Amino acid sequence: MVFKRFVEIGRVAFIAFGPHAGKLVAIVDVIDQNRALVDGPCSGVRRQAMPFKCMQLTDFVLKFPHSARQKCVRLAWEKENINEKWAATRWAKKIEARKKKAKMTDFDRYKVMKAKKMRNRIIKHEMTKLQKMASKKGKKPEKPEKSKPEKAQKSEKVPKAQKAQK
Amino acid sequence: GEKAAGKKKPAEKKPAEQKPGQKEAGEKKKKIRRYHASRNPVLARGIGRYSRSAMYARKALYKRKYTAPETKIEKKKKEGPRATIIKPVGGDKNGGSRVVKIRKMPRYYPTEDVPRKLLSHGKKPFCQHKRRLRASITPGTVLILLTGRHRGKRVVFLKQLDTGLLLVTGPLVINRVPLRRAHQKFVIATSTKVDISGVKIPKHLTDGYFKKKKLRKPKHQEGEIFDTEKEKYELTEQRKTDQKAVDSQILARIKKVPQLRGYLRSTFSLTNGVYPHKLVF
Repeated sequence: MVFKRFVEIGRVAFIAFGPHAGKLVAIVDVIDQNRALVDGPCSGVRRQAMPFKCMQLTDFVLKFPHSARQKCVRLAWEKENINEKWAATRWAKKIEARKKKAKMTDFDRYKVMKAKKMRNRIIKHEMTKLQKMASKKGKKPEKPEKSKPEKAQKSEKVPKAQKAQK
Repeated sequence: GEKAAGKKKPAEKKPAEQKPGQKEAGEKKKKIRRYHASRNPVLARGIGRYSRSAMYARKALYKRKYTAPETKIEKKKKEGPRATIIKPVGGDKNGGSRVVKIRKMPRYYPTEDVPRKLLSHGKKPFCQHKRRLRASITPGTVLILLTGRHRGKRVVFLKQLDTGLLLVTGPLVINRVPLRRAHQKFVIATSTKVDISGVKIPKHLTDGYFKKKKLRKPKHQEGEIFDTEKEKYELTEQRKTDQKAVDSQILARIKKVPQLRGYLRSTFSLTNGVYPHKLVF
C-alpha cells in the first residue's frame, strides 16, 4: 500500500466531522502528532488547531511557507482556484448527490422511480436487440457495440439532471 | 274629635281611591293614590261612631266589589295542555287504540338524593373541544393514508371538519378513494401540495353527512339481529353527485402538475433500507 496523499504544509483537507464538518481547510503547520494548525479563509473556518483524525486529505496542495498568515493562505487558495477544482471532483459530486437524495420528497422519489424504470427499459430493449443480432449472426465472435448505446442512454439521466437543475 | 290628618281630598270625592292599605304601582292612574283618613270617628277607645252597615255605606263598598280568585273547579274546566293521547294499536283483538300518557311518572325514585358533585373545572363536552390541525396539513396537501381499507394511498386533503377529522378525496377516478373522512393522527402529510384555492366544497358535506347510519329496532331477540341492521354500505345518488362536483374541480388542477396523477395513483410502501424516520416526506 503506497501512500499518495501526505500531511504537509499546504495540503488541503476535507473536514469529516465536528463543528466544521463538510468544509475544506489548508494545513498551515503541524503542532504535534495529533494536531495541526489549520486555516480555511475561503470556506469559513477560522485559524485553529484541529486533530488529524477529523481531517481527510484531498489531492490539492497549496504553496505557502509554514505558519503563513491567513492572507497568504487566502491568496494561494484563490490562485489555485481550489473551490472550483473541488466542486469538479467526483468526491464533491458524490457528496452533493447524497445530500440531494436525502432531501428528496415523496413526490421526487416517485419521479425518480419512474425515470429509472423508463431508462432501464430502454437499455434492456437495446440489449435484447443486440443479443438477438449476435445470436442470429451465428457463432461469429462478434463484439457488438454494446457500450455505445448504453452510454447514449446513460446521458438521458433525466432525474439526476433535473435534480441538479433544482 | 276628628283626626283629619291634613288630607286634601274630602270623602265625597269620586271613588278613584282603592281600599286603604293597597298602594297602586301608579302605572295606569296618573293620580297619586291618597288614602282617606278613617271615616269612623272614635268616641272612646275601641268604639266607633257608626255601625258596620253605616260604614259600608260611608266607604261606598257597594261600589267596590271584588271577585274571588278563580276556583279550582273553574280552572279545571279550562282546557289545559294535553295530558294523554290516543294511539292506534295493532292486533285483531286489541281494541284498536290505547290512551297513552304523554308525560309519564318517573319509574324510579332514588332512595337518597343525588349527592352534590364537587366543582370541576374546564371539563368540556366533545363538541366544545379545541380542534387542532398540524401546520404541515393545509388545503391541497397530498396525504398518505396509513389505516383503513385505503392504506398506503395518496390522497388530496380538502378541509378539516367540525369534529376535527379531515375531509379527503382520491379523487375517485384516480385511486378509488371517495370523499371520505380521515383522522389526522393516522395520516402522513407530504410536502406536495395541489393548488386548491378556488375550489368550492359544498356546504352540506359535514360530519353528519359522513356518519355511519345505525338502524336498530330489536323487535325479536332471536337470531337474525345482525342481518337486519345495515351492514352493507349503499351508495346513494347524492354521494355520486357530490363526488363529481368536487372531483371535477380538483382534477383540472391535478392535470396541470406533471406526473402528479401517476403519483396519486401509486401507493406508498416501505422496502428494505427505507426508514421512515430518515425519509423526508
